[in-house]
Amino acid sequence: MPSEGTPLSPQRRRFLQDAARASGGCVVAGSLLAWLARDARALPAEALRPPGALPEKEFLSACIRCGLCVRDCPYDTLKLAELGVDAVATGTPYFTARDVPCEMCDDIPCVAACPTGALDPALDNIDDAKMGVAVLVDQENCLNFLGLRCDVCYRVCPVIDEAITLETAHNERSGHHAMFIPTVHADHCTGCGMCEKSCVLPEAAIKVLPARLARGSSADHYRKGWEEKEAKGGPLVEGLIDLPDRLPGPGTDNLAAPGGFAPTYDLLGVGQ
Amino acid sequence: MSARTHMPVGMEAIQERGRLRAHKYLLLRRASQLLFLAVFLLGPWCGIWIVQGTLAGSLTLGVLPLTDPLILMQSAIAGHWPEWTALIGGVIVLAAYALIGGRVYCSWVCPINPVTDAANWVHRRLDLPKGWQPKRSTRLWVLATVLIVSGTTGVIAWELVNPITMLHRGLIFGAGFVWAMIIAIFVFDLFVARHGWCGHICPVGAFYGLIGAKGLLRVSAANRTACDDCMDCYAVCPENQVISPALKGKPGSTPLILSPDCTTCVRCIDVCAVDVFKFTHRFDDKVAAPTDPVPAPDPRAARPI
Ligand code: SF4
Ligand code: SF4
Ligand code: SF4
Ligand code: SF4
Ligand code: SF4
Repeated sequence: MPSEGTPLSPQRRRFLQDAARASGGCVVAGSLLAWLARDARALPAEALRPPGALPEKEFLSACIRCGLCVRDCPYDTLKLAELGVDAVATGTPYFTARDVPCEMCDDIPCVAACPTGALDPALDNIDDAKMGVAVLVDQENCLNFLGLRCDVCYRVCPVIDEAITLETAHNERSGHHAMFIPTVHADHCTGCGMCEKSCVLPEAAIKVLPARLARGSSADHYRKGWEEKEAKGGPLVEGLIDLPDRLPGPGTDNLAAPGGFAPTYDLLGVGQ
Repeated sequence: MSARTHMPVGMEAIQERGRLRAHKYLLLRRASQLLFLAVFLLGPWCGIWIVQGTLAGSLTLGVLPLTDPLILMQSAIAGHWPEWTALIGGVIVLAAYALIGGRVYCSWVCPINPVTDAANWVHRRLDLPKGWQPKRSTRLWVLATVLIVSGTTGVIAWELVNPITMLHRGLIFGAGFVWAMIIAIFVFDLFVARHGWCGHICPVGAFYGLIGAKGLLRVSAANRTACDDCMDCYAVCPENQVISPALKGKPGSTPLILSPDCTTCVRCIDVCAVDVFKFTHRFDDKVAAPTDPVPAPDPRAARPI
């Protein structure tokens, strides 16, 4: 090491300059690349990955963008993202449910074709796929919510009666009909997108979203009392007194309206 | 030096051997590049599925997997250990290029090469200045950066910008704005830096240079005593720093072009009217005896070029 004040030899100075310049350039180029990499992770909500795709972050470390999955999909569901056209990391496979949904092939040819494991070969039953979760996003326009019998999303679901069911509810509007509410059960929904594709409205009322958007999560320590009670086969705490429920009408502490509940003010939009 | 020195680049070879034979390897190379593209395009365009996929990863005749080893390496560094199919494909490609050697990928396969060659051709025609010339080692730094960024971000980093796979994939699956990228490279090579992309920046070329460094296939300036200093090989060579050690080496030094930078494009063979260069293997380091009765003046050997 040259002591302080000793001038560096020209070669050494040059070497240090070159090294500094090279590493400076690398830091700049590397930062730009890292910035692009961060950008690439933002997968738009309409873009669904093929069945078995690893979680997005791992997927981008695994998929080499070869397109073999695209080639082996018999329904032309999958596409490779094009640079500057699709907001998906360029060259990676995805599909848009409303355009061409996944037909949930039994032999899952896309997964079989993937050479890298970006589509996890452990997925051997297509019913276990998790491409997204369907959500009935527009209850105001869904025909079943209007009290009609459309049922199309329910009928087309390849996992009918498990992934999607029709739950009956009272039709307040007509007063004496039932509504058949399409209800998705995330545990069984594969996110294939058949429902979104088939929704008869000009813009689908049911949409497949990535799980991160479609789902909340329950806190670990939450327990459902009724489930615990059933599991135990009796009350969880012995000797609790069951107080009578507060009911409207005569004989209760609701003295305002015999036979019913009368609000003290008019709620907007609540017809009487 | 003869008067021929002042003729346009490649002219003597054309006079000597005719236009076709003076472009023999160039034409072969273009044919090879076209072939590598065509086998991938036959499927989507004509329904003849010989090869599926892209240069990044492909399946030939349904059995032979091939994978880009640099992409696999980034993938592994980014934290994903690829499945066997991809690994086997990667090893096959790696072994092939390591055995054949040189940057054969660059000159005979890569779809960007015609673009940068075209830029260089126009560049020579217009007699433009060299422009920005970063060190040749820059591409190694870029390669290192790409690997480091893959590791830190967990994304196969070079594939976010790699114009090679983008162009190739674009032709096969639909291009989007890839053409803008290709134009950018062309303009960069033409106006900003001569041989800028392939010669200084592309980490893929650097990678293949490294793995092919000990490969068999080499160009040798075997007949170097016949060199008449026309400098045509220097003019056409995309990496002309590799020529001097072989061509102007002291008597007794190897005539083989051993630098890993040589792209094995063999334009030097095409363009040399006195047949100094030939295609050979790395153990063939014979130098042809001078045919000229008057030996060439020796100081030439010592003159740095
Ligand atoms: S399961 Fe079938 S339809 Fe769905 S993406 Fe894979 S190959 Fe295509
Ligand atoms: S086959 Fe696998 S590696 Fe290739 S594009 Fe599809 S998901 Fe990516
Ligand atoms: S996306 Fe729709 S059709 Fe597909 S499984 Fe889920 S509910 Fe059924
Ligand atoms: S240096 Fe890169 S872009 Fe140029 S030919 Fe080689 S691999 Fe292709
Ligand atoms: S030395 Fe010859 S083969 Fe090598 S890059 Fe130059 S012109 Fe091409």
